[in-house]
Amino acid sequence: MSRFGNIFYLCLVFGALWGAISTILITLLALFVSGQPFQPQVTAGAIAGLVSAAVLTGLQPAKRTPAMVAFAAFAFVLTLTLASGATPLGLPLGTYSFGQLIFTILIAVFAVQSVTLTAKHLGPGKERRYNVEVLCLRFLKGFGLVVFTIAVALPFFVMVMMSLKNQQLLLSNPLDFSINFAQGAEALFRSYIELFTQYHFGSYLLNSALVSVATVAITLFFAVPGAYAVARLKFPGQNFLSRSILLIYMVPMIVLVIPLYAIFSQLGMRNTLWGLMLVYPATTIPVALYMLQGYFRGIPAELEEAGLMDGLIRLNVIRKITLPLALPALASVALYVFMIAWNEFLFAFMFLDNVDLYTLSRGIAELNSSEVPRQHLMAGAVIATVPVLALFLWFERFLVAGLTAGSVKG
Amino acid sequence: MTDQRKPQPPKGLGPLAKREMRFAYLLLLPTFLIVLSVVLFPLVANVWISFKPVTLGDLRAPSILINERLMGDLDAVGDEADIRYRARNSSRKSAIADVVMTDTLPATLRVVAVDERCTIEGENLRCDLGDYEAGQREDILVRVAATADFLSDPPNVKDTKPVFDYVPENILTNNDFTLDNFRKVFNASDFWTVLWASMYYTIAGTVGALVMGLFAAQLMNMAFRGRAVLRGLFLSPYVAPVIAVALAWVLLLDPGPGGTLNALLIQLGVIEGPISFLGQRVAEISFLGLTFNFPVALTVVIIFEIWRYFPLAMLFILARMQSMSTDIYEAAEIDGATPIQQFRFISLPQLMGIMAVLFLLRFIWTFNKFDDIFLLTGGAAGTRTLTVNVYEQAFAISNLGAGAAVAVVVFVILLMFSVIFFKFSPEDDA
Repeated sequence: MSRFGNIFYLCLVFGALWGAISTILITLLALFVSGQPFQPQVTAGAIAGLVSAAVLTGLQPAKRTPAMVAFAAFAFVLTLTLASGATPLGLPLGTYSFGQLIFTILIAVFAVQSVTLTAKHLGPGKERRYNVEVLCLRFLKGFGLVVFTIAVALPFFVMVMMSLKNQQLLLSNPLDFSINFAQGAEALFRSYIELFTQYHFGSYLLNSALVSVATVAITLFFAVPGAYAVARLKFPGQNFLSRSILLIYMVPMIVLVIPLYAIFSQLGMRNTLWGLMLVYPATTIPVALYMLQGYFRGIPAELEEAGLMDGLIRLNVIRKITLPLALPALASVALYVFMIAWNEFLFAFMFLDNVDLYTLSRGIAELNSSEVPRQHLMAGAVIATVPVLALFLWFERFLVAGLTAGSVKG
Repeated sequence: MTDQRKPQPPKGLGPLAKREMRFAYLLLLPTFLIVLSVVLFPLVANVWISFKPVTLGDLRAPSILINERLMGDLDAVGDEADIRYRARNSSRKSAIADVVMTDTLPATLRVVAVDERCTIEGENLRCDLGDYEAGQREDILVRVAATADFLSDPPNVKDTKPVFDYVPENILTNNDFTLDNFRKVFNASDFWTVLWASMYYTIAGTVGALVMGLFAAQLMNMAFRGRAVLRGLFLSPYVAPVIAVALAWVLLLDPGPGGTLNALLIQLGVIEGPISFLGQRVAEISFLGLTFNFPVALTVVIIFEIWRYFPLAMLFILARMQSMSTDIYEAAEIDGATPIQQFRFISLPQLMGIMAVLFLLRFIWTFNKFDDIFLLTGGAAGTRTLTVNVYEQAFAISNLGAGAAVAVVVFVILLMFSVIFFKFSPEDDA
């Protein structure tokens, strides 16, 4: 058996790819953090990745000790610096020297670590198809993780950073996301403070909270009895209802918006929060009902029958037996409805004319003009995003379980 | 005596079952009422409006505008002049029925003659003006003579405002129907462009979100440190308010100074000048000697849709994958199946059910999507889908009727999808 086989050659290719990816990523990170016009040295990075992969994966898996990994990383730094003509980040080493050193080491660590993980337990020799596939899939998954993470995080990153930056600075160098902490917290969060003091964001926040909480309360109040009836009681049309209730959720909001606008205008209900508190539950009740009835079916009917035998009336059976058992489902439905109401844009945009009644979505739409600086717009976006995201991440397990158990949302 | 018939099972509902049925209907009643009034009734109302010539301005109820004036000079006792009421129907389209005007005349003026439709009781004037056509205007004259008291302290006749009582015609409920709205919609030069954009958006957005969701679910199914954090991150596009993320994308893709992505691509040397991602309708791409017109803005809007909704697909596919039994994979492992073979022949067949359901649901929801495109491009640069067109017609051009007509088209297409959905929906697979 020859010393080097297909795995080794694949590792070389993946090493070069990881080298290039790592160079691009970390150089851009350095660019964002420092504001210096760094240029990724892609070719040099690929060569450095190739060299370090050759050093590391040429060894048997058992011999790839931490010391060897460190040595490979050192080889990476050396090759990158040499191949790029002493400009590992695209600028002479004289400028921003210490930062360049740190970021160059970061590039090496990320690339070598990726190569190590990709080639883990797979030796340099020739191996069968199973291990070749494992190797390729590892690279693909690692690459996918990197791409997905960046694609998802970039807009949020830009949102937060722009909200903290001054408009002039941003226009002169849009890639400079360095934060100047020396200016003090008040200057740093100026756009947030101004939104609350001059742009009524305090009242928007309150209105959003009020409408969302009211929507949750009304939805649960209506959907719980309905779901119980569909799940437990026998009546003509039960089957039809349990299948077709979700169809209501397929009705496009945009089809409802014209008649509701016309009718609410004539009834004088358009420019009120009451109007929203009527429309939002109507759209969330069907989906809440669908999710809850799925959960209620999962609760053993014997428990309720025992309650009935012991002389409880139906309403008390629901109150004392079913609801406590369904608490997780109730929580997840509540969260989910809150999320829909909080994020709703179309009806808030169409219905509300009065600044005092604006919800956050409506208020941010108002900021979207050329007269309002961008950092205010993005600060508004952050203010709207943080509560719902925090709530969601806090209760994530809950919600995910409830969502996937009962139903889905668009 | 014996009953010849065999015992029969009871027919119909027994009293207990009936009570249960009534109770069930009672529990469902609130839901039924709110859905009826806010979803089903508006659906019907939308069809109704689509046949009516209504614009946004017509929603304001018509009213009577009045101008009251003393015509002529009253300088000496016995001088005569006219008080002229000039009344007008404010609306140019709808009539007003049963107009009644009442006013109080100054006591110091002696009434000489009044319009034949008016009556005087003391100082009170009451005129039955009948029905006003759209835009109708007329003058009502009251001839008065000055008295000595009047001249010593002349009051202004305008001090007492005339009061009107009338029944305005409701533009939404009158009998005025037209087919113009639909004619306009189908004859519009861009109707087929809009329909095509809608279908392209729906299909590409749905398939893209599903494929990306499948891929992301594979990634999240691995065990690694920080997986919980990454899963939370991956879900955030779906959870964050649409307006926040859409505007972040708009600034990210901005072609002007300050646009992050363009600056980034220029710094990397990928492009030479900024690209207007959301403002450019088509780009010509030459490939193998053929030239394609690549719809730039529409594709970017689709990418946004995929970005925002792949988490949902990921969530469901992941849940399905984690409920799969591991035995079968162990057996495959022993039989020497490679990872790709395991995915192709074991995982994928088990995922087909949930994928089909997700496809149908997402297909309909993507077709219904309005806010995403509206916030990103406002329907410009070839991104106007049917739903954006509803808004465009009804609120940008202020023609409610035409907007409602487009909405009817949207709903009919949707009904066709729903029929297909119901036909192919697997039983309880989600």
